[in-house]
Amino acid sequence: MRETDIVILGAGPAGMAAAAQAANVGLSVLVLDEQPHPGGQIWRDVARVAPLRGALLGKDYTAGTAFVHDLDQPGITHLGGASVWQVDPSGEVAFSQDGKAQVVRGRRILLANGALERPMPLPGWTLPGVMTAGAAQILLKASGIVAERAVLVGSGPLIYLIAAQMVRAGVPPLALVETQTRGDFLWAARHLLRAMFGLGYLLKGLGLLRELHRAGVKRFTGVTAIAVDGSDRAEAVTFTAQGCAHRIACDTVLLHHGVVPDTQASRSLNLPHQWDPAQRSFRPLTDRWGRSASPAIFVAGDGAGIAGAQAATLTGQLCALAIAHDLGRLTDGDRDLAARPLRLRLALETAARPFLDRAYPPAAQALVPADGTIICRCEEVTAGAIRKSAAQGCIGPNQTKAFVRAGMGPCQGRYCGSTVTEILSAFHDQSPSQTGTYRIRAPIKPVTLGELAQMDSLGEDPR
Amino acid sequence: MKPAFRDLAPEGPRVTVRVNGRDLDLRDKANLAAELLAAGVMPFRHTPVSGAARGPFCMMGACFDCLIEVGGTTRQACMMVVSAGLEITLPKGRRNA
Repeated sequence: MRETDIVILGAGPAGMAAAAQAANVGLSVLVLDEQPHPGGQIWRDVARVAPLRGALLGKDYTAGTAFVHDLDQPGITHLGGASVWQVDPSGEVAFSQDGKAQVVRGRRILLANGALERPMPLPGWTLPGVMTAGAAQILLKASGIVAERAVLVGSGPLIYLIAAQMVRAGVPPLALVETQTRGDFLWAARHLLRAMFGLGYLLKGLGLLRELHRAGVKRFTGVTAIAVDGSDRAEAVTFTAQGCAHRIACDTVLLHHGVVPDTQASRSLNLPHQWDPAQRSFRPLTDRWGRSASPAIFVAGDGAGIAGAQAATLTGQLCALAIAHDLGRLTDGDRDLAARPLRLRLALETAARPFLDRAYPPAAQALVPADGTIICRCEEVTAGAIRKSAAQGCIGPNQTKAFVRAGMGPCQGRYCGSTVTEILSAFHDQSPSQTGTYRIRAPIKPVTLGELAQMDSLGEDPR
Repeated sequence: MKPAFRDLAPEGPRVTVRVNGRDLDLRDKANLAAELLAAGVMPFRHTPVSGAARGPFCMMGACFDCLIEVGGTTRQACMMVVSAGLEITLPKGRRNA
């Protein structure tokens, strides 16, 4: 079995920055990533794409190029197209690549899995033509394709960014249908003073809004009663704004109301997680170095709590320093000295976060959806079916699986888990911590029998 | 109907892929789900539960809504790249229970 000092899961901002930091102090690093090219979702395929579409995508995107180049050094092996399906507290990681399964062992494991879009169950959200705003960005970055007649629905700064990128591409969205209210902004204003330390983020947001205004993109705010109309594909978005009913005909609907940590791997390891009320999501418990409750497992980046790409590079580097210290490459003093500037920058990078979290809260309609709305896309289970099972005595998400099959489909609860927790919490009037989450078991990604049959025999170097 | 997606840079070498017996010329080595969308393929499948139409949703391997059959194996289109001679079947209809 191949052995290495660190196995890093994910080649996004956290994973790439951690890899470079670890290699700098002489550790051997294996980076496993599902995508063929490094960058994660935020910097997807950036080394190839930045020269083609960098101007349109902006500096925050092209900044990823430097991190991709830093992977190219002797201590680092990056395996693209590697889908990890099992992680063990002993440090063993099983994955498939090119139709063949392999097992490797790291003396330390760094989970840098990033974030997922917060599921946004609305009537009609399963229709073809409805996608996440993140999906639209991925299409634009990796493939240079843009939705022609699109409406952006939800809340959060990402909506303004993707809308501005669409304007620059010459294909502006038809409208922005936003759920946040003036009240949310006033509530968030308490955090404005602290957010001034993250002024760059606020100015960027204002700049994007100006760009959309100049382009004449229509915006509706404080929107409620959103639904997607259509029989076998999305045909229109309907909603209520300022007491008036609206209907916008379109081909594509792009949903977004924030992102949540991807905890699939950390929960498959049975690590303790905590509910973050400000971000309305669970995150794995870690210490200030990113070490989880399991001593050989670290978590960095958005997978440990949403803070954005720049912060992810810093938490990745902090994990790498702690791991280098564990493995005897750094003294206490050297580790702490190197960490000091990183922590200072991290404080600045996260200063605007409490303001943003409150100014753009998740859409209430989608957190606790109406009875008729499908919440489990795979098994086509409605919110009403979850409530009915709750009335019959189903108290937690794991029982929901047995009652109505929610969370039993191929996505393994990635796009219904948080909704099921919210619905059951509201129904039983208990906290999400008390309600809990789906238990996640390996394989966390599909693996074929053919891939297992091709698995290298024990003791052989898989390469 | 106008295509739902605009290709900003349609150049690049193309290869032939078969989708439900129909030949499509897609950009070689590009993301398969994106190329199918740009070629106007929609929906990608009908669900095994109710037979409802579905298309790509997350484009990052998490939602499993872009499932297609390639050479008899169910795969996520958004996690594949285009290569010459791919034989794709779009899954149709309810599972037989």
